[in-house]
Amino acid sequence: MKKSQQRDLFPGALEMMILRTLKRQPLHGYALVQHIKRTSNDLLQIEEGSLYPALQRLLKEDLVKAEWAVSSTNRRVRIYTLTPVGAKHLQREVSRFETMLEGITRVLARGES
Amino acid sequence: MNWLKQLFSRRRLYDDLSDEIRSHLDEKIEELIDTGLSRKEATTAARREFGNLTLTEEDSRQVWRWMFIENLFADARYGLRMLGRNPVFTIVGLLTIAIGIGANAAVFSVVNSVLLKPLNYPQAEELVSLHQTAPGAAGLADFENGLLLSPSMYFTYSEHSRTFQSLGVWTTDTASVTGLAEPEQVRVAGVSDGVLQALNVAPAAGRWLSQMDQVPRGPERVMLSYGYWQRQFGGDRTVVGRNIMIDSRPREIVGVMPQGFRFVDADFDVIVPFKFDRGKLILAGFGYHGIARLKPGVTIAEANADITRMLPMWMDSFSNGPGSNPHIYEKWKITPLIRPLKQEVIGNVSEVLWVVMGTIGLVMLIACANVTNLLLVRVESRQQELAVRAALGAGWGRMVRGLLVESVMLALLGGVLGVGLAYGGVNFLLSVGPANLPRLSEISLDARTLGFALALSVFSGLFFGLIPALKYAGPRTSLALRSAGRTSSASREQHHARNLLVVGQVAMALVLLVSAGLMIRTFQALRTVDPGYTDAPHLQVMRISIPDLLIPQADRVARTQNEILDKLSAIPGVHSAGFVSEMPMEGMDSGWDCIFAQDKTYPDDMIPPLRLYKYISPGFLHTAGTRLIAGREFTWNEVYGLQPVVMISENLAKEMWGTPAAAIGKQLHEFSAMPWHEVIGVIQDVRERGVQETSPAIIYWPPMMQYLFGGKAPETIRTVTFVIRSDRAGSETFLNEVRQAVWSVNANLPLASVRTMQGVYDKSVARTSFTLVMLGIAGAMALALGLIGIYGVISYTVSQRKREIGIRLALGAQGGDVVSMVLRQGAKLAILGVCIGVAAAFVLARLMTSLLFGVTAHDPLTFAAVVALLILVALLACYIPARRAMRVDPIVALRYE
Repeated sequence: MKKSQQRDLFPGALEMMILRTLKRQPLHGYALVQHIKRTSNDLLQIEEGSLYPALQRLLKEDLVKAEWAVSSTNRRVRIYTLTPVGAKHLQREVSRFETMLEGITRVLARGES
Repeated sequence: MNWLKQLFSRRRLYDDLSDEIRSHLDEKIEELIDTGLSRKEATTAARREFGNLTLTEEDSRQVWRWMFIENLFADARYGLRMLGRNPVFTIVGLLTIAIGIGANAAVFSVVNSVLLKPLNYPQAEELVSLHQTAPGAAGLADFENGLLLSPSMYFTYSEHSRTFQSLGVWTTDTASVTGLAEPEQVRVAGVSDGVLQALNVAPAAGRWLSQMDQVPRGPERVMLSYGYWQRQFGGDRTVVGRNIMIDSRPREIVGVMPQGFRFVDADFDVIVPFKFDRGKLILAGFGYHGIARLKPGVTIAEANADITRMLPMWMDSFSNGPGSNPHIYEKWKITPLIRPLKQEVIGNVSEVLWVVMGTIGLVMLIACANVTNLLLVRVESRQQELAVRAALGAGWGRMVRGLLVESVMLALLGGVLGVGLAYGGVNFLLSVGPANLPRLSEISLDARTLGFALALSVFSGLFFGLIPALKYAGPRTSLALRSAGRTSSASREQHHARNLLVVGQVAMALVLLVSAGLMIRTFQALRTVDPGYTDAPHLQVMRISIPDLLIPQADRVARTQNEILDKLSAIPGVHSAGFVSEMPMEGMDSGWDCIFAQDKTYPDDMIPPLRLYKYISPGFLHTAGTRLIAGREFTWNEVYGLQPVVMISENLAKEMWGTPAAAIGKQLHEFSAMPWHEVIGVIQDVRERGVQETSPAIIYWPPMMQYLFGGKAPETIRTVTFVIRSDRAGSETFLNEVRQAVWSVNANLPLASVRTMQGVYDKSVARTSFTLVMLGIAGAMALALGLIGIYGVISYTVSQRKREIGIRLALGAQGGDVVSMVLRQGAKLAILGVCIGVAAAFVLARLMTSLLFGVTAHDPLTFAAVVALLILVALLACYIPARRAMRVDPIVALRYE
């Protein structure tokens, strides 16, 4: 019943990837999903729908902001932009993630030897 | 106010979200079509990749919500609707809860105001009463207050203490005020320096009395109470500095105490300073209440140790006169027993209040059990609805919460009604409550009481909601869906909970009825006690005091008193009149001292037991109906002739000489300088301190005698209670005639404490009658609730078993068989409840031992009567549904098969 991406990703991973993607350029929802899928070489199987609750959480915490605009394909889309707060949050999350990853890597390496 | 904005912009947020998701899907679909799929295929594929559309939208929306609160509101709305849909259930439930909570809140407000709230003084927790005991002093065990302080003790303690900020002694008295309007008797608080300082309540006008006002032969000063100031002077501030005549002596008003200020628990009109002459003080004179304020951080144990340290100093610094041994008091084993002032104020009423609170709490439990039963029945009928909700995906926790919210809402609504009832309840309590209930004026429904009512509502809501909620919101719902049809019969398990509740109700009702029964037996026992006077409603009593400045000569006082008696006796309808230093149960002691008999020897280092001294006029015994056991009464000739005669109580006669008759002709005196007085009469024992207390040994002296206060000159008792025997006692016209009779002798004499002996008696048993009324009410409520409980359960099972009964009747069962079957079921529950209840009552009744008189906590008669009553009532409650069961028409019951 629960969101399926939680089986694949740790909590907060999706939000972090969204923020990182938006840091490069503002995007609308569909483009965001495509970008994340493409960049990860389709390694990460995310359900497209799961993007939206995550986006709402980011909106609520003022980490991104959204505006209706017309896309290059002449479609009315909602473009998400990273806010300064969001940028700071991203930085913090990334460094936390790296620390965690390093720790996990070390433990795994120790386990193999 | 971000959340506020969110709340209002939420609709737009949700619309944006739907638009966005739709646009996402459109884009995806178009892209897929571009890769060569048909529109239909593309749509399916896009949907598949997107996941659950509705869930996504819902999850996204939830980000903006406060889930818990909003669900709670939804549940509450739903609950209200459900309550509204079943008005009979709701009204019955609401009333039950409202009465329960109302009664509890009312009693709690009294408990809170009297027992829990601190006293009305600044830093009241530092205030203590200087209580002492003297286990070695024979006769003193009768003293309610232990050993009071003597003035010499006051000086020793206040001069040498290390643990008190301030310390003083005080007493209450009465005095007459003249020169204002009609002569008036006022309540006097006598204080030493240190008392007002310890209480530390600033005066409303002027200043406190202090050391400079207690100088012997110094200027006479007085303070007024707020009430007296308003009543007599209309709150005039210029009254400070003016003079007022108290006991015919002018006193300068130096200050006024503020509104609400009371002396420990005594109301007063004026405060007068003591003027002890330190140089002339002796060790004895134990007649003063000690009060003190501890230094911050000092414990009661440290203060006790401090007093213990000072007791030898006291014996070293003072004596009882030349030739006496000051260390004779070591034999008394005087021990300080300092108590918090609050405990002194509350006195013995705390047991009563806790017992009442406990019983009312039990009533609440019984009421909750009834509501639980109602809810169980109702939830059962809603089983199908619950099953449908579960099938539609409602979580178990969510359903339990929904049901709980519903029951808590019911309880809260009941609580609101209950608080309304509590307002009435408090007024009722105040009207039936003992008039001498301490801190009566402080009782109110305050924030703490409202908080209590709220907490009680929530808890009782959870209590009676939890059982049905857990039982029926459980995971057995699919079963319910299938079987909730009309053909199913109730499972054994469902009855189990209800039966258990009924058993509990019966048990609790039995405990309450036993305690009420014990109080009734106590009251009966009190009624049979001979208090020492007869026919109390026709005994008019009043206090009259003759100040020494008004009539200085003793014999003139005696003649005035005699004259008043003559005038009173002449009033139409008066059989006789007499006077006494105080009537039994009036709450005053004229004095205690020891007595020496001529034919006994007394060791030098022993103080003989203390006896109560009373003074009676000729004709008093006959008027009051107090029996003369042996000998004869005083005559006026003996009084005027200062004849050395005395009377004693029956128990004293028996103690000293074996029989009342043997006491006649014996010689007594108080101290060696006093001539021997001949015992001329023996008087029946009287319940001096109340019906429940043992009778003290009493010496009855004539009202005028030599050596009354140690001196050779004749003295009289100037403040006495006049007693009039008349069928007209208590009526207003009669009292007017009494006043005129007194004032025809001397117009400056105020009448105080005018009442009938019945009033005195009622006040003396007020604590018992209050407990009786409260426990009676609680018992009646328990009985009624228990009756309803049993009736409800039995009639519900009968309605559930209609089909089965129909079959039984069709197969040839007689009506009587059916009735006895139903009765048996009820009786089984009742008897089980009675057994548990008897065991519980056996244990709990012991808690009220101190409230009982003339009956043990395990009185078999009470237990037997209550058990019989409960079983009878239970059978009665079953009989109505049983009759209905008998009349079941088998054809109708089986038609649906």
